[in-house]
Amino acid sequence: MNPPLLVFFVLAAMAVIGAINLILQRHPIHSALSLIVVMVALAGLYLLMGAEFVAAVQIIVYGGAIMVLFVFVIMLLNAGVEEHTNASKLAALAGVPLAVVLMGVLAATVAGSADRVQVLTPGSVAPTKALANLLFQDFVYPFELTSFLILVAILGAIVLAQREKA
Amino acid sequence: MIDFLAQHADILITLVKIALLLFIVLTVNAYLTWFERKVVAHMQSRWGPHRVGPHGLLQPLADGAKFLLKEDPTPAGVDKFTYYLAPLMALALALTSIAIIPFGPDPLRIFGRDVYLGIVDLNIGLLALFAITALSVYGVALAGWSSNSKYPLLGGLRSSAQMVSYELALTMSVVGVLLSAGSFSLRDIIGAQASPKLGVLGWNIFPQILGFLCFFVAAVAETNRVPFDLPEAESELVAGFHTEYASFKFAMFFIAEYTSMITVSCLCSIMFFGGWLSPFPASWTFTHFLPSAILIPFGLWVIWDGIRYETIFGRIILPGLGTVITALGALLIVFPAVNEFIQGPFWLLSKIFVFLFVYVWMRGTLPRFRYDQLMSFGWKLLLPVSLANAVITASVILVRGGGH
Repeated sequence: MNPPLLVFFVLAAMAVIGAINLILQRHPIHSALSLIVVMVALAGLYLLMGAEFVAAVQIIVYGGAIMVLFVFVIMLLNAGVEEHTNASKLAALAGVPLAVVLMGVLAATVAGSADRVQVLTPGSVAPTKALANLLFQDFVYPFELTSFLILVAILGAIVLAQREKA
Repeated sequence: MIDFLAQHADILITLVKIALLLFIVLTVNAYLTWFERKVVAHMQSRWGPHRVGPHGLLQPLADGAKFLLKEDPTPAGVDKFTYYLAPLMALALALTSIAIIPFGPDPLRIFGRDVYLGIVDLNIGLLALFAITALSVYGVALAGWSSNSKYPLLGGLRSSAQMVSYELALTMSVVGVLLSAGSFSLRDIIGAQASPKLGVLGWNIFPQILGFLCFFVAAVAETNRVPFDLPEAESELVAGFHTEYASFKFAMFFIAEYTSMITVSCLCSIMFFGGWLSPFPASWTFTHFLPSAILIPFGLWVIWDGIRYETIFGRIILPGLGTVITALGALLIVFPAVNEFIQGPFWLLSKIFVFLFVYVWMRGTLPRFRYDQLMSFGWKLLLPVSLANAVITASVILVRGGGH
């Protein structure tokens, strides 16, 4: 087994185990920590494909900024261990078969398109310059629209927070 | 055996480099605490540590032994896994970030292989550093939360809010440097500042003075140092996030803090002060004797000081130390090749030392921010100024027609 493949399996196992652990853990902070493990493992996979910029951004944005906010809110609310209700039993009953079906569909799609999949050589995926050209030239309008959407969301948050005071 | 060594030489060299760098960084950390206590003490008309060894030079060893041997209690009701994970995470991330720093321009030739100073040379160097910084919030936040105690929780909350707020300004303030270098690699950033004729005038500090000020302030806030040490404000929160930690787990937070101080000093010198570049024009070759000119008088002073020292131990150790320093200085004059090689690391280390001194100086001088001041300073001043700096730099580069 060559080293990149070995690293791939280690990272993939980390991501999958982290994701399962995210669901199994009862405490919100432990779930959040598992999600961080998943994010970092995904960044490692990007790095393995030679997409260094995407990997760094994955850690900075998802592993750093977003998950810190998750942890921050959990700490601020001092959320305790989750309680199990009848609804959560229902979710488990309906959720597990649905997840299995989803996985089956995804696996079938991937297996069916095996002949069309491009074999990626490291370094060929999204070098920083090509990515910037895509974002700021070819897809500049969708990109700006997305940032506008986020701006609206921030404004909404401010409005909601202000109303409570008045 | 030889075949095996030759086959895995790269991995072995990297392992040796990691071990060496760890040893150096941890030793420097220990003596940084000594340096800080001495400097702050002299600023406040005290002597600082002076009992253990000559001039208190063995104080770090005594502290280290104390950290290792003290009882290490785990408070009741802590979240065990997270409680143990937090100091590990803080220390591991702080030490990892040092690995990306390059310490010198030229490779050392050992057994026919070029060995560069610095463990990895990533072409996303700066982004990788920011990624590590982004994760290092968790060490502090989780320590505060898992301790199951009020003061640490408040400290952890403060620190995560502070680090998230200042991370934006930190990232935006280096955009100017990245634009003018056209690369994320730290080597390229230093290379872009090189100008053989102008020397110091080619450095980023002149066009990027705004960026530097924003970066330094935000970086001090990221490392939780005075005047941004609200997460561990001892007069309000006992010791903040590490109140419930004792013994070596406390030492791990301590080492992490000092290591990130070193990283920030490295980054400041590399991005804004030309890294290993000499401040003098390349034609001034006599400046190459500067390392010797500093080492020899310093070594002689240590000998002179040691002879008069009040303890017998000091009278033996200090002159010995002085002789070694003087001999090093003399060695550099005798071997020009070694002197040439040492120029880059010499300048980089001098600049790092200056920034470490500034850190300590600030601790001796500035009072702590109030929490609302901290937030409004970060969001209303630092972020807009660093954004403006990025826009101005981009416009100037556009007008000059020098895109990459």
